[in-house]
Amino acid sequence: MTTDSLSFSPASHADLAQLALRVREHILRMSTDGGCFTGASLSCADLFVFLYTRFLRIGPDRLSDPERDYLLLSKGHDVPALYATLAELGWIPVERLKNHLKTNDFIYWHPNRHLPGVEFHSGSLGHLPAVGVGIALDIKLRCGQNRVVVVTGDGELDEGSVWEALLVASAYRLDNLVIVVDRNHFQANLPTEELIPLEPLAPKFEAFGCAVERISGHDFAQMEVTFSRLPFQTGKPSVIIADTIRGKGVPSIEARADRWFCNFTHEEVEALLGELRGEAQAHLTSETLTVR
Amino acid sequence: MNYQELIRQIALNDERIIVMTAENRAVLRELPPVLGERFIDVGIAEQTMIGAAAGLALRGRIPICHALAPFLIYRAYEFVRTDVGIAHLPVKLSSWIAGFLSEANGPTHQAIEDVALMRAIPGMTVFCPADEADMLAMLPAIWASPDPAYVRLIVRKTDYTHAPFEIGKAEVIREGSDITLLVYGLLFEEARQTVPLLEQEGLSVGLINMRSLKPVDEEAIVRAAKTSKRLVTIEDHLLTGGLYSIVAEVLLKHGLSAEVQPLALEERWFHPALLSDVLAHEGFTAEQLARRITLPGWV
Repeated sequence: MTTDSLSFSPASHADLAQLALRVREHILRMSTDGGCFTGASLSCADLFVFLYTRFLRIGPDRLSDPERDYLLLSKGHDVPALYATLAELGWIPVERLKNHLKTNDFIYWHPNRHLPGVEFHSGSLGHLPAVGVGIALDIKLRCGQNRVVVVTGDGELDEGSVWEALLVASAYRLDNLVIVVDRNHFQANLPTEELIPLEPLAPKFEAFGCAVERISGHDFAQMEVTFSRLPFQTGKPSVIIADTIRGKGVPSIEARADRWFCNFTHEEVEALLGELRGEAQAHLTSETLTVR
Repeated sequence: MNYQELIRQIALNDERIIVMTAENRAVLRELPPVLGERFIDVGIAEQTMIGAAAGLALRGRIPICHALAPFLIYRAYEFVRTDVGIAHLPVKLSSWIAGFLSEANGPTHQAIEDVALMRAIPGMTVFCPADEADMLAMLPAIWASPDPAYVRLIVRKTDYTHAPFEIGKAEVIREGSDITLLVYGLLFEEARQTVPLLEQEGLSVGLINMRSLKPVDEEAIVRAAKTSKRLVTIEDHLLTGGLYSIVAEVLLKHGLSAEVQPLALEERWFHPALLSDVLAHEGFTAEQLARRITLPGWV
């Protein structure tokens, strides 16, 4: 595990939890004045904090280093979690998050490569597994040691292109490719199991030639152990199914189908920030289920 | 020299070149042992090929992607637009059997909207060589450009010797004061044979090989419109979005009004058959083109 180029190296899992708390605060602050995909961002906040502080050999000082690891955010609608993590780690000024949805910057509902740390744009689901295959292929061609992490959603797994890319990744024995599924158990409007059931999920990936582990996406200790074992099997792409809770950390929107895209009032955001810190549950009156 | 010879020469001198295919090896058969791991066949997975090509291009490679035109363009369109187009990556698309070249395959295999769709993508360049020699003259510049590119491959040989190629320039074969034929791809040869037939009717006929459709040679179109009484666009493509549309856009942009006769496929797919029969059935042989151009009402 290399953290040498990181601008911030938390010593303990408690530090990671503190960092994740601040990331979630940023996500909630972006959930107003137009809003964002709050639930899906909160579900993968812990994953991003872990990946950027403990796993990825990457940093703002090595953006063009061909030896760096890659993180590709395929479920692009959770980009507030990524930007908040990058801001907390010093890749971009925290102040810049206030440009959310403003025309003077590129911080909008899906990732833009103008932001340092965004390797590729996304938003259309099912694209970055294929892009990751291309990057991983080139790394293999150059005998590189870098890893390519592709974070997907679980609803995103409905897209056939994900599975097409996995077939090719398996055929080319891309064991430098890691698919991390933010398994928050919801697609846009419904629980995945009520619409297009994904379970049993691990055997599906195994059948496509991947080596699979399933962990809690909110447990830093489990992440530490599991990510340190990559690749799980020589010659096979790795898949980590990270079980998470959509809206994690904010009980009044946790695991609720109707809190996908959220555009809260300023007062509600303040109440939710309190909730995040363990204070009383917020009373929400904002319209729910604003489908974008 | 042929297509794979050209790739071999360029790829051996430029390690950025990666040859990809979605299991379409018609013009690539000898390349796997030559290119080794730089030959990547993803199987019948066009979306993954294009997405992976974007990933390779992000790492500094120049992927040349092969598939049958309809699957390269239509199956993978959103990947071309979103991964290659938005990022403006130097991914080179080589489409096989576009237009009438799909012969007897049927409508599933007919890429007759490819020019319209490809040129709609911001930054994408579009080229349709007239024959194998034209294509071989064009590809080095197209692949050396930093822009994404779409090329209708053609391996048909003709006895015509083409002028050197320049991106954005048409090949003006000849000028004429009555009619100028604007054509691209395999129909260039038919149009070339049409010229003497029209001359027998006493017409002064120009001929332009519109090998670079995007960027297009506006100057050549404007000049033809000003010096010729009528322009005739000839294409194995739908009327919508192809050369006829390009000419209309250029004329409007320059405030010009001209008589333009489109010879294209109008709101339909063509009848599948062997190429010579397709040409005859659809009215694109030299004799038929001459007849359609000299129909009463058009003279």
